[in-house]
Amino acid sequence: MTGQADTRRYPGIGPAARLAFAFLYAPLAVVVAYSFNSGPIVSRWEGFSLVWYREVLERSDVRDAVWVSLRVAVAASAAGTALALLAALGIVAMVRRGSPLAVGFLSTPLLVPEIVTAVGTLSFFVLLDFERGMTTLVLAHTAFCIPFALLPIRARLAELDPAVFEAASDLGASGFRLFRRVTLPLLVPGIVSGALLAFIISLDDYLISAFVAGPTSTTLPIFLFGLIRRGASPLINAVSTLLLLVTVAVLTASYITGKWRKPK
Amino acid sequence: MRVGTRWLASPALGFIAFMVGGPMVVIVWYSLRTRGPGGVGVGDGLTVDAYERLVVTEDFAGNVGFDSTYLEVMWSSILLAAATMLVALAVGFPTAVWISNRPRHLQPLLVLAVTIPFWTSILVRTYAWIVILRETGPLASGFDAVGIDLPRMLNTRGATLVGMVYTFLPFMVLPIYAAAERFDHRIAEAGLDLGATPAVVLRKIVWPSVRPGVVAGCLLVFIPAIGAFLQPELLGGGRSLMIANLIQQQFGASRNWPFGSALAILLLVVVTVVLVVARRAAREARVVLS
Repeated sequence: MTGQADTRRYPGIGPAARLAFAFLYAPLAVVVAYSFNSGPIVSRWEGFSLVWYREVLERSDVRDAVWVSLRVAVAASAAGTALALLAALGIVAMVRRGSPLAVGFLSTPLLVPEIVTAVGTLSFFVLLDFERGMTTLVLAHTAFCIPFALLPIRARLAELDPAVFEAASDLGASGFRLFRRVTLPLLVPGIVSGALLAFIISLDDYLISAFVAGPTSTTLPIFLFGLIRRGASPLINAVSTLLLLVTVAVLTASYITGKWRKPK
Repeated sequence: MRVGTRWLASPALGFIAFMVGGPMVVIVWYSLRTRGPGGVGVGDGLTVDAYERLVVTEDFAGNVGFDSTYLEVMWSSILLAAATMLVALAVGFPTAVWISNRPRHLQPLLVLAVTIPFWTSILVRTYAWIVILRETGPLASGFDAVGIDLPRMLNTRGATLVGMVYTFLPFMVLPIYAAAERFDHRIAEAGLDLGATPAVVLRKIVWPSVRPGVVAGCLLVFIPAIGAFLQPELLGGGRSLMIANLIQQQFGASRNWPFGSALAILLLVVVTVVLVVARRAAREARVVLS
């Protein structure tokens, strides 16, 4: 075949893709860079300094918001992952037609527009007379953590060799013992990766949290939104950079558990 | 492979039914109620006022006439979502195809590189554009240094669009990549060897193979984009009131929960219609995503 007609090389695709990557990362780079600005105005560079990071550490309102967010994210991702794990095992045992229906139903938190979920959940809690606070935040977050945790757990379950379970049950394991000694250990990579994804999704949520949080349960995104409303400041850049760091760390951890689950 | 009974799924199914089903039923119920005392919550009466308000207006003299204000907000949200989808497709398609043509061992890393912004807080990503587009930002001062005076960028519809494309681009790239990565280039080579021109190969062999990925990507961008809140709120200023912002206002400053509920139902109906219309497309998409 002739070199000019290689289907892998379309003219212009390489430069376009590199531009797209620049488009994806330049804004994040700008945020990170200005977080080290010593001056009080975001985009007027006055020299390198860590002064805004010190401010982040010293401000009690930032600390409180981080603390609320962490507690909500840990509780919601744990609850969401536990429910997703049970659901994944239940879905495997379903008859043919049941499983896609169940998966579809568990994915509805991703399909409903977030603003609709937000106002609907608020109305629901008002109707039930639930006081808004940590509990309502965790309940609302758990709902959208389930589909995110379900994905890697189901993927892992699909990868496993059914013979392992047959062997285990032939050797006399059943019920809870089979689950604890065979199923659970084999599913660990999927569970970890699911829990990590659910954790970041919970940590980053703004809209639903803004509606269901109470006056004393301001999460970090709600706090950050309030700051942004008052105008850009290097303090926001510093908080954003730290949040970015957490996301990258958690994703890398999830990526590594994913790698470790693939080849064997 | 059975490692348990199907009843294990019931706690999750029950929880989702409670936390998604409950709110849906309540907003339908609330949309049919009178306004609450002081505008918070809802009153005791039953009325279809909220739905009437979607389409009609009453002036001081009591004349009732058709009012398209709110439907126009819905429409401009749909247009903005469509524009976001098209720009994301133009940027995302070459990117996805390029990644699928990289050496095998590099591909997972490039996919991770697309994924990191996707998982990054939308608030942080939207804020990044505030920093870039503001009057004293790096873009304006860069052009200023070479003597070009840029028009105002922040608080415009353009800024909203840029922020939306930025937010949703990974949704476009990932499914197209998944389809392109599975493409067997030997088939295209065979076509060329048998005398087809590159244009014909592209149209008749390459395109049908990646189309499900493109369809999936378009849906994954379009649907959440219709209900986008943060980008219009923070980048568009008052200039681009979208449906999500309008709904938020009814539950906030405007204090009209029944009307906000009716608007939420309108948005839900629009999204459902899009999904139903795209059902055939979605069926193709599922092949790629599963």
